[in-house]
Amino acid sequence: MSKPIEHDYIGLSEQQLPSMEKSSDKKDGLHLKDTELRLGLPGSESPEREDHDQNVLSLKSFVSGAKRGFSDALDGGGNWVFSGGSGGGTEGLFSPRRGGKNNGGKDLSGSDSGSVLKDGAAQKPSVVQEKKPQVAATSSHGNGNIAPASKAQVVGWPPIRSFRKNTLAAHPPKNDDGDGNAEAKLGSGCLYVKVSMDGAPYLRKVDLKIYGSYKDLSSALEKMFSCFTIGQCGSHGVSSGDGLTESRLIDLLHGSEYVLTYEDKDGDWMLVGDVPWEMFTDWCKRLRIMKSTEAIGLAPRAMEKCKNRT
Amino acid sequence: MQKEMAYSFPDEVLKHVFSFIQSDKDRNAVSLVCKSWYEIERWCRRKVFIGNCYAVSPRMVIRRFPEVRSIELKGKPHFADFNLVPDGWGGYVLQWIAEMAGAYPWLGEIRLKRMVVTDESLELIAKSFKNFKVLVLFSCEGFSTDGLAAIAASCKNLRELDLRESEVDDLSGHWLAQFPETCTSLVSLNISCLGSDEVSFSALERLVDRCPNLRSLQLNRAVTLDKIANILRRAPQLVDFGTGNYAAELQPDVFSNLAGAFSSCKELKSLSGFWDVVPAYLPALYSICPRLTSLNLSYATIQSPDLIKLVSHCPRLQRLLFLIQVLDYVEDSGLEELASSCKDLQELRVFPSDPFGVEPNVSLTEQGLVAVSLGCPKLQSVLYFCRRMSNAALVTIAQNCPNLTRFRLCIIEPKTPDYLTLDPLDAGFGAIVEHCKDLRRLSLSGLLTDHVFEYIGTYGKKLEMLSVAFAGDSDLGLHHVLSGCESLRKLEIRDCPFGDKALLANAAKLETMRSLWMSSCAVSFGACKLLGQKMPKLNVEVIDETEPPDSRPESYPVDKLYIYKSVAGPRFDMPPFVWSMDEAVKILH
Repeated sequence: MSKPIEHDYIGLSEQQLPSMEKSSDKKDGLHLKDTELRLGLPGSESPEREDHDQNVLSLKSFVSGAKRGFSDALDGGGNWVFSGGSGGGTEGLFSPRRGGKNNGGKDLSGSDSGSVLKDGAAQKPSVVQEKKPQVAATSSHGNGNIAPASKAQVVGWPPIRSFRKNTLAAHPPKNDDGDGNAEAKLGSGCLYVKVSMDGAPYLRKVDLKIYGSYKDLSSALEKMFSCFTIGQCGSHGVSSGDGLTESRLIDLLHGSEYVLTYEDKDGDWMLVGDVPWEMFTDWCKRLRIMKSTEAIGLAPRAMEKCKNRT
Repeated sequence: MQKEMAYSFPDEVLKHVFSFIQSDKDRNAVSLVCKSWYEIERWCRRKVFIGNCYAVSPRMVIRRFPEVRSIELKGKPHFADFNLVPDGWGGYVLQWIAEMAGAYPWLGEIRLKRMVVTDESLELIAKSFKNFKVLVLFSCEGFSTDGLAAIAASCKNLRELDLRESEVDDLSGHWLAQFPETCTSLVSLNISCLGSDEVSFSALERLVDRCPNLRSLQLNRAVTLDKIANILRRAPQLVDFGTGNYAAELQPDVFSNLAGAFSSCKELKSLSGFWDVVPAYLPALYSICPRLTSLNLSYATIQSPDLIKLVSHCPRLQRLLFLIQVLDYVEDSGLEELASSCKDLQELRVFPSDPFGVEPNVSLTEQGLVAVSLGCPKLQSVLYFCRRMSNAALVTIAQNCPNLTRFRLCIIEPKTPDYLTLDPLDAGFGAIVEHCKDLRRLSLSGLLTDHVFEYIGTYGKKLEMLSVAFAGDSDLGLHHVLSGCESLRKLEIRDCPFGDKALLANAAKLETMRSLWMSSCAVSFGACKLLGQKMPKLNVEVIDETEPPDSRPESYPVDKLYIYKSVAGPRFDMPPFVWSMDEAVKILH
C-alpha cells in the first residue's frame, strides 16, 4: 500500500496536528506513540490516560464517595450497594463484561491496540471483543484477561434493531432437538430495561445481559446517572474536575439518598439485591432509582415474595 | 420578448402546473428558476420532507412554506437503532408540533422516524389539527397509550395510524375504545409494536367492523391465532395483514375456520407478524400464497421445513423477509429452493436468530445468497446476516445482480476474512460497487483494508448511504470515500482507524452531505473544534458520556462525533453529554 498522500488543508491547518499525523505515515499500520492516543478496542474503555489521571481520579473518587448516597439504606447488610471503587476501572456503560476481573484496562491498551490494526491480509486479529473463543482461531496474543466463558458484547454489533432483539430475547427460538437444551439459547440476545431516576429529565435503557452481577450493574448505573447530577449543577460539562464540582456532587448525593428498585413481572416494586442475579435478570421489567424516603415499605414485601417464590 | 415569456403566465396557471410536481427535488429545482417561481412554488408546496430535524428550525420551514399539509421528520442518527446514540440525545418533536399548531391549522399528515414523541405532543396534535388524517411513528419512543387515546378520541377522520417498531409505554389496552363510533375512516392501522396483553380485542373488532376502507392491519403479539379469523371475516378487503401470534393447539375447526377466513380475503397481497408459529397452521395460508407479493417471516421463531414449503407456494413473491435459524434445515438449501420458485424476488432480508451465539454451527453461508442471486435476476435489495463470506461469492453475486440498489452484508464476527483465501474482502465488495452501477446504499463488514474504499470511491458514484464498521487501515480509506463518492449523503462509521487528516482535507464535502457519524474512531477533539470553527454551515457535535472532551488534551480522540449540515445553527436541546463545537456556543460557556 503506497504512502498516504499528503494533503493541503487549504487554510484549515493552522494548527499543527498532533502525533497521530506522523504515525499514520508508517507503512505497517498506525503505531501510536505511547503517551497519548490509543485506539481502544471496540467496546473497551477509553484510551489510557496517564496525563490527566488527576482529573479522572477526582471524578471517580467522588463517584466512589457517592457510595454512601446510593447505598441500600434499608438493609445494612449491604445486599446491594453502588460501589464506585472498582479498581479505577473506567468501565463505562459500553465496556464489555470482564467476567469478574477488574483491571484498570492497563493490560489491554498496550498489547491490544496492535491487534485492531492489521499489517496486511492474513492475520485475523485475535480479540475484537474480549470474550468468546475464536472460531477460526488465530489468537496470537494469549491475553490473560479474557474470560472465555463470559459473553461480553460489543454495543450495537451485530447491527440488529432493538425492537427485533427484544422480540427475540423475550421469546428465544425454540429448539427442535427434543431434549430442548433451552439454556444454550437463552444465553443469547439481550434484555433492555428502562431505568428512571427521580428527578432526572429522561429515561435510560440498559441491557441486563451484559452485566454479570449486581456490582457490575451498579457501577454502570452510577456512571450513567452521575452525569445527571452534574447536569443538575448547571454546568454544561465539567471543565476541569476541580474541587468546586466535587463538592456540588457530594452535596446532591448526600443530601438525598437513593435506592435502586425494580418492577418485577407481577408489577410489584422490589428492592434490588435480594435475589440471585440470574433470577433478577429474569424478573426485572424495569428499574427505578428512587429516593430512599419513598422506598420505605418495600423491604417487607420483598422478603415475603422471595419466600413464596423459593 | 424571450424574457417576457416567463412572466406571461398568470400565477394561477403556474400554480396549477406546479401542483403536478410532487417530488421534492423537482420542486426545489423549480424554486431556483427565478424569484417569482420561488414565490409561487413556496405558497403551493403542500408536502415537506426534513431528513434531519436539526438541519432547519420549525420557524424557518413555516416562514418559507406557509401552506403545508403534510410533514415528514427524521430525528436521531441511524446508528441509534443499534443503541449507539445515548438516551436523551435529542430528536424531540414537541417544539415542531407546537409551532405547527399555530401555523398549519390544516396540517393533515405527520410522519416521524426516530424521534422522541411525548404524550404531550400527541395530545397537542389531537387538539390542534382538525383535519388530521395520518400519523406514522416509525421507530419512535417516549409516548404511552394515553397519548394514543387522545389521538383516537379527537381525530375524527383518522385514516392512518402506524406505530411500527416504536416503543410504547403500554398502560392500558382501552385506548382503542376511544375511537368514536362515528370513526369509519381508517385505512391503515399498525399496532404490531404494542406488547400489552390487554389490547381490547372487542374494541378492535368493532373498529375493524365499521371501517370498510381498511386496507392494512398489523396486529400485535397479544392477539391469538383463534381471533384472527374473526378479524379477517370482518375485513375481507384487506391488502396487507400482520398476524399476531400464530400459535395454538391444533384443532381442526380452528384450522378450517382460519383457512376459510384467509381465502375470503381476495385482495390480500402482503403478510407479516407470525410470532410463535405452529407449523401445522401454515397450510391455512396456502390459498392466498399464489397472490402474495410480500412476506415477512422475520419473527417466525421456529425452525421448520414448513416455512420453506410455504414460501415455495408463493411464486409471485417480490419481497421476502426471513429469519434464519442456526441449527436449522432452513439454510442454504432453503434459499436455493426459494431461488427456484420466486423468480420475481426483488428484496431479500435474512436475519440471524442467534446473533450472539458462541457456536456458529454454520448452516447458513454465502451459498444461500449466491443461489438467490443466481435464481432471482430482479434482485434489488439485500440485507444478509451470515458468518462467512468469500470474495468469489461476492463477485458472483455482483455479476448476477447488476441491478442491486441496496446491499447490506453483515458478517457477524467483525473483521472476518475470506474464508477460502484468508484475504480481505476488498475485491468482493469492489466487484459489488463496480458492477452495480445504481447502488445507492451499501453496508460493509468483514476484513477490509483501505483498498475497498478505493474501489468505493472510484465506482460508487451513485452511492448515497454508506455504513462502515471495523474496517480500513488509515485516513486514506476515508479520504477515498469523501473525495470519490459524488452522491454521498449519509456516512456512518464505527470502530475504524480514521482520524483527522481525511476529515479536515474533505471538510467542504461535509457541507454537501446530510450527516456524518463517527464513533470509536480516531478523530481528535482538536480537529472537531477546528471543524466547528471553520465550517459555519455544519453543526459539529461531540458525544461523550464519560467526561467532557475538553478535560483532556486536544489530541485525544473523541468518543462519538456527529456532524450535519444545518441552517438553524447549533441546537438548544443538547443533553449534558453532547458538546457543540460551534464557536458561538462555546463562548457562552
